[in-house]
Amino acid sequence: MSATPAAVNQMPREHYLNATWGIRSWLLTTDHKRIALLYLASVTFFFFIGGAFATMIRIHLLSPKGLLVTPETYNKLFTMHGVAMIFFFLIPSIPAVLGNFLLPIMIGAKDLAFPKINLLSWYIYLVGGCFVLYSFSTGGLDTGWTFYTPLSSVYSNSAVTPAVLGVFINGFSSILTGLNFIVTVHTMRAPGMTWFRLPLFVWAQYATSIIFILGTPVIAITLLLAGLERVFHLGFFNPALGGDPILFQHLFWFYSHPAVYIMILPAMGVISEIIPTFARKPIFGYSFIAGSSIAIAVIGFFVWAHHMFVTGESTYAALTFSLLSYLVAIPSAVKVFNWTSTLYKGSISYDTPMLYALGFIGLFLIGGLTGLFLACLGLDIHLHDTYFVIAHFHYIMVGGAVMGYVGGLHYWWPKITGKLYPEFLARIAAITLFLGFNLTFFPQFILGYLGMPRRYASYPPEFQVLNVMSTAGASILALGYLLPMIYLTWSMRYGAIAGPNPWPGTGLEWRTPSPPPTENFDVTPEVTWEPYDYDNRPDLGLDVSGAPALAHGDD
Amino acid sequence: MHRTGELYEQYRTLEQQRETASLGMWIFLSTEVLFFAGLFMTYTLNRSTYPDIFSEASKTIKLSWGAINTVVLIGSSLTMAMAVWASQTGKKKALTWFLIATLVLGTVFLGIKSVEYHDKYVEHHIPGWNFQFEPGADAATNAHAQLFFSLYFGMTGLHALHMIIGAGLLLWLIRESLRGRFTPEYNTPVENIGLYWHFVDIVWIFLFPLLYLIDRH
Ligand code: HEM
Ligand SMILES: [Cu+2]
Repeated sequence: MSATPAAVNQMPREHYLNATWGIRSWLLTTDHKRIALLYLASVTFFFFIGGAFATMIRIHLLSPKGLLVTPETYNKLFTMHGVAMIFFFLIPSIPAVLGNFLLPIMIGAKDLAFPKINLLSWYIYLVGGCFVLYSFSTGGLDTGWTFYTPLSSVYSNSAVTPAVLGVFINGFSSILTGLNFIVTVHTMRAPGMTWFRLPLFVWAQYATSIIFILGTPVIAITLLLAGLERVFHLGFFNPALGGDPILFQHLFWFYSHPAVYIMILPAMGVISEIIPTFARKPIFGYSFIAGSSIAIAVIGFFVWAHHMFVTGESTYAALTFSLLSYLVAIPSAVKVFNWTSTLYKGSISYDTPMLYALGFIGLFLIGGLTGLFLACLGLDIHLHDTYFVIAHFHYIMVGGAVMGYVGGLHYWWPKITGKLYPEFLARIAAITLFLGFNLTFFPQFILGYLGMPRRYASYPPEFQVLNVMSTAGASILALGYLLPMIYLTWSMRYGAIAGPNPWPGTGLEWRTPSPPPTENFDVTPEVTWEPYDYDNRPDLGLDVSGAPALAHGDD
Repeated sequence: MHRTGELYEQYRTLEQQRETASLGMWIFLSTEVLFFAGLFMTYTLNRSTYPDIFSEASKTIKLSWGAINTVVLIGSSLTMAMAVWASQTGKKKALTWFLIATLVLGTVFLGIKSVEYHDKYVEHHIPGWNFQFEPGADAATNAHAQLFFSLYFGMTGLHALHMIIGAGLLLWLIRESLRGRFTPEYNTPVENIGLYWHFVDIVWIFLFPLLYLIDRH
């Protein structure tokens, strides 16, 4: 792994974790690194909640008639699973945990532009989370994570109002994070840190933040209207009172399609950091990767109605949205091509983060390509609302985004805690995750193709084998998640000391001690080098054999 | 965060701090635009579905109050702009007075708004609360008129909420201004709250014709 002599690897005497003590110093902190850890704890909590619901779903589906719960409860299980995972785990995960921790360090700043607002956004998240937990524990929620009206606003007997309020409130946490990130990237960069020297992770966070600030307010107002409609019996989206339920769907997806990019873009950013580090090569096509993040954020706003092909929207609208959906695949593919080109002729080492990155590329590819199936009008009529859609988005959101998140956690764990995790165990876990994931979700493509609809508590007996396979996979997957939780926690205390740059990486975050001091750098850095420039970094002590010839690229 | 003079720890210079705050406000306002946009979209769709009832319902709102309020609000934007100018040129006394004037005009607006809401209450035009559009109106007319009034209350209510928040911010500005905190070198809060205030005014400039002026020639 590291070529740095062991003697250098000492923990700094004072760092952000031990600078101050006591519960108040955490709950009132404005240090972006501590806030990141607060978020880490809270999103992990919601991951467990969502995971518990998922476990029950998979157990229930072991038998065609359903093993565990009534159909009414089943509706609640998948709804609460979706709401917890999407709004309270996946959307905040990479931005609010890794982004919060890394963004200021990567650009050489002392903190985010608005540290207090950063803390505020965590509290808003907590308040939103409490409302949602209240809903879950007093009657549950059975509308689907999409809150479609008039089911949510009139007919559902579950605790919709607090849930809608919770998601509404949580939106402002996203907005504030996005605002903070955008402003930080614009005004807080260290001397010499030009836009095209920014790490690609920062570009990805920037693109994500654009969606946060332009998309989230729309879902906020939409859910507010749906909530008001439910409480005061108004009619915005209720056809019985002259309203239009399709309008709700348009407004909902105007946010929620871009929101799928909120989930995947940051993960792409993580992958763009990991790949050059473990290929020991400058990233291929830096500006294309940076530009494609922005392109995805922008085009992503114009494809929403591909979720509504079967609602009776006009043929011309459907055609347009189908075409635009194909367009958005282009920048996604650009990234995949650039990552693979970076690997080409690299000196690759298969450390744990790299395993996650490679897994990401494969799974994202499958998820993205099946997205194209769905964007195809004729095919979607067959596939819409089947398990094929479930498999599609889980390949991207779990196989892609969660893999990116867990991979990123491993990659920066030595920076965050100053400790190394047990590498062998971590590789086993990564492989377990990958296998478990595929066993869980690949059968669902087939199930969907054969016609098994989503959101039903029972299914015809001929689908049982594939469902059992999926449940078996889910238990392996669960193991794959539990392992890192255990050994990462263990390593905080018992792990080997990491030193400032264990991999070694080229970014600014690797030029400060691990864990970093509260102000991030002892002196404000001045950037005079290009990003990912492995060819010109003798200081990293890497043995790039035949170095002089390689220095200016042979490809 | 610690602060040295007016400079917070995370910034290198006052100039950087000013730029940061102002960019933050602009981005916040773009979020706000999208927030209101959802309502405007709902309005547009419903009005194009029920044009006749929307114009009938709109005529039951008193034009005069809305017109007076428009003038009041534009006036408050003027005094706010003057306040920003006063803070930039170091006229501390004038600054306080302009801020107070803005606050007074904002309060007048809210006062008139509550009179209007009260009128609607008397006429049974509050959605979801014994709503009755006209005596003897059939169920469909009632439902569609209720849509108009739901939007009326939703849009003006959200706008009023922004005014109330603005008034709170003005109160704080007045206090700080009385303490002499704002100088030509440091006046970012005045500038930013000014931006916010103008934004809220602009929203009203759209709301007024959309809600009060449908089909009035
Ligand atoms: C390569 C570009 C992509 C295309 C062309 C695409 C296309 C589609 C289409 C057409 C649907 C609707 C299918 C149906 O309901 O019948 C869909 C559903 C979905 N996609 Fe994608 N997608 C893409 C990328 C993504 C990404 C990156 C994510 C997440 C990170 C994602 C998450 C989802 C989700 C969550 C749904 C289902 C929502 C629901 O109904 O509950 N997709 N996709
Ligand atoms: Cu979509």
